[in-house]
Amino acid sequence: MSAPSTPNEGGTTTLVVRVENKAGVLARVAGLFARRGFNIESLAVAPTEDERFSRLTIVVGVDAAPMEQVVKQLDKLVNVVEIRELNPAASVERELMMVTVQADPPIRGQILDLVRIFQATVLNVGYGEIMVSLTGSPSRVDDFEDLLRPYGIVDVQRTGKVALSKLAKTAPDPLAP
Amino acid sequence: MNMNGGQALMKALENEGVDILFGLPGGAILPVYDPLIDSSIRHVLVRHEQGAGHMAEGFAHATGRPGVAMVTSGPAATNIVTPLCDAYMDSIPMVVVTGQVPYAAIGTDAFQECDTTGITMSVTKHNYLVTEAADIPQVIHDAFHIATTGRPGPVLVDIPKDIVDPNNPRSAMEWYTPDSHDLPGYLPNRAGDSELIRQAAKLISESERPVIYSGGGILKARAAEALLELAELTGIPVVTTLMNRGGFPDDHPLCLGMPGMHGNYTAVTAMQESDLLIALGARFDDRVTGKVAEFAPLAKIIHVDIDSAELGKVRRPDVAIQGDCRLVIEELITALGEIGGREAQPDRNTWRSRISGWQERFPLTYEQSKDDELLKPQFVLEQLRDATPDDTIVASGVGQHQMWTSQYWKFNHPYTWVNSGGLGTMGFAIPAAIGAKAGRPDRMVWAVDGDGCFQMTAQELVTAATEGFPIKVALINNAYLGMVRQWQEMFYEERYSEVYLTRDVPDYKMWAEALGCVGLRVESPEEVGPAIEQANEVDDRPVVVEFRCEAGENVYPMVPAGMSNSDVVVDPSQQDRPR
Repeated sequence: MSAPSTPNEGGTTTLVVRVENKAGVLARVAGLFARRGFNIESLAVAPTEDERFSRLTIVVGVDAAPMEQVVKQLDKLVNVVEIRELNPAASVERELMMVTVQADPPIRGQILDLVRIFQATVLNVGYGEIMVSLTGSPSRVDDFEDLLRPYGIVDVQRTGKVALSKLAKTAPDPLAP
Repeated sequence: MNMNGGQALMKALENEGVDILFGLPGGAILPVYDPLIDSSIRHVLVRHEQGAGHMAEGFAHATGRPGVAMVTSGPAATNIVTPLCDAYMDSIPMVVVTGQVPYAAIGTDAFQECDTTGITMSVTKHNYLVTEAADIPQVIHDAFHIATTGRPGPVLVDIPKDIVDPNNPRSAMEWYTPDSHDLPGYLPNRAGDSELIRQAAKLISESERPVIYSGGGILKARAAEALLELAELTGIPVVTTLMNRGGFPDDHPLCLGMPGMHGNYTAVTAMQESDLLIALGARFDDRVTGKVAEFAPLAKIIHVDIDSAELGKVRRPDVAIQGDCRLVIEELITALGEIGGREAQPDRNTWRSRISGWQERFPLTYEQSKDDELLKPQFVLEQLRDATPDDTIVASGVGQHQMWTSQYWKFNHPYTWVNSGGLGTMGFAIPAAIGAKAGRPDRMVWAVDGDGCFQMTAQELVTAATEGFPIKVALINNAYLGMVRQWQEMFYEERYSEVYLTRDVPDYKMWAEALGCVGLRVESPEEVGPAIEQANEVDDRPVVVEFRCEAGENVYPMVPAGMSNSDVVVDPSQQDRPR
């Protein structure tokens, strides 16, 4: 596990957990949070480049301090290989949202304006509704959702965020061992 | 070699060195009970699946080897949840095999189906649902590895019927002997960090009022000898928690005995007044610390534990060392030697004389019963202690009798005390004593039980009688759920609610005889010694000695729940003494 990081805004913590890709592992992980009454705000799971493992990105609505014991308990699960607490400042975060909005023909243009501004994608168009998707940082996805809300959101699905660490900006020291 | 999954399971257990199995057959596990007939493993037929689990625990307590239990699906699996949780709380190595309905029937509410792995997820170190017969050898090999390494604990293996049933093609497999573990997330570390160990040695050599706070990790790590060497090298007094009674000899001048809620005054107070607590394989349990915020307020903390999740869980340590207790203590002894050994330790005569002052003013005490009164349980336990061999294994249930046994027994050998510490499982004593006797047939094994506990698992005396485990039971009959009665007396204004069990029903002597035991009843002090002598001489069947004891006796000292250890309540006869 990495050193304690800056917690996210709003008292949430993001954990990146590498687990064995086996039946029941998600239940073991989720159970540790549930037992303590910690709510999982979002969760993204998919196999890694090595298909024996999956990578979980978990956002929990709890500050870093009470999380410490959970992280240690997570680390004890036999199927958990590695845990990192993610510092938002040192990582690149992305989230995908698909959303269907009410869009009668006269106001469809206003929605398409927002789609252009946010560089979102139109996925499907109906007579009175339009389905679009946006990939971006979680806060940008929040903004887009807020701006669409007045038009009437019919259906929305967000993936929960996924993240990778930012990359080094300087060349490695050739003298370093 | 071609075989079926049931044969493979037996062979895999044999390969792990299993020679005794506690269990009870039923529908889903039935196919495994057939190859059992041809196996070298002895099976002990229990009368209730909870008994199988506690026997496996008792076996592990007494031998250090993993206990193994095997039961069927559904109600059998739920019956063994309590022992699993007990073993999880007390870090007991145990492997439990449960039958499951056929793989294709899982999730259909089949007869005797339950979600065994789901139910036991939070009370096992790890569990498996095996889906293919070919996985059995590897899973069993991994299960024993996980149960016995790192912080030991229970592992459950749930096996659907079809993969062990020779009449089902899904049970066909080719045997292989696993030679490694593919557990990328499980790499327990044993060695402590050398730099941290040097820091610990430095803290020790600067401390004027140190106490070694030794817990169950000492016994798990087989570190009793190392602990003795450390204590004698430094001259530091040792408290032994409920889980480490016997891990440091009670007759040693440095031994302060049990700390905690019902610990003796000196052990509690020495920790409270210390300037350094050296916690070795202990977990700062609430029954030891009392009110955490006021626990040992002046003490720095060195905390050694194999489980890094324990470090800082309750109390922030000044030096936290993750590692095996034995290896770390041995390295600590070396590090202390490097900085001058015994000669470099500060003069701690003042500390020692304060400690001996407490020992003189506040020894364990009770009033002997008067002529027409019933027996004092403490008197019974002293007599039993003095009339049995020094290496007798003592198993206990949970409650007042457990605390008195821990207080009054002299544990001078490791692995002689078998009890349920963390979970506090009433009814633990009898099956655990049977398991201990199975593991150590050369030793005398006494179960000390209360009347409440006895009624929970007495049926396992049938197992003891029929399977040839001549354990002895000292039944402390005080007619009450005694510890609850004590709390109602002290904290609920003597309003007794549902704690009276009656003294004469059941008739314990007759019940013991009906269960295949020798039954004895003792009512007066002069009968105690002869009855124990008589019990000690029986070795062809179990013995139950019912000691009819005073109902109103309380366990002292006591730190009331949630109070500071500084407010320990001593025996009424000692309350006016200066502290």
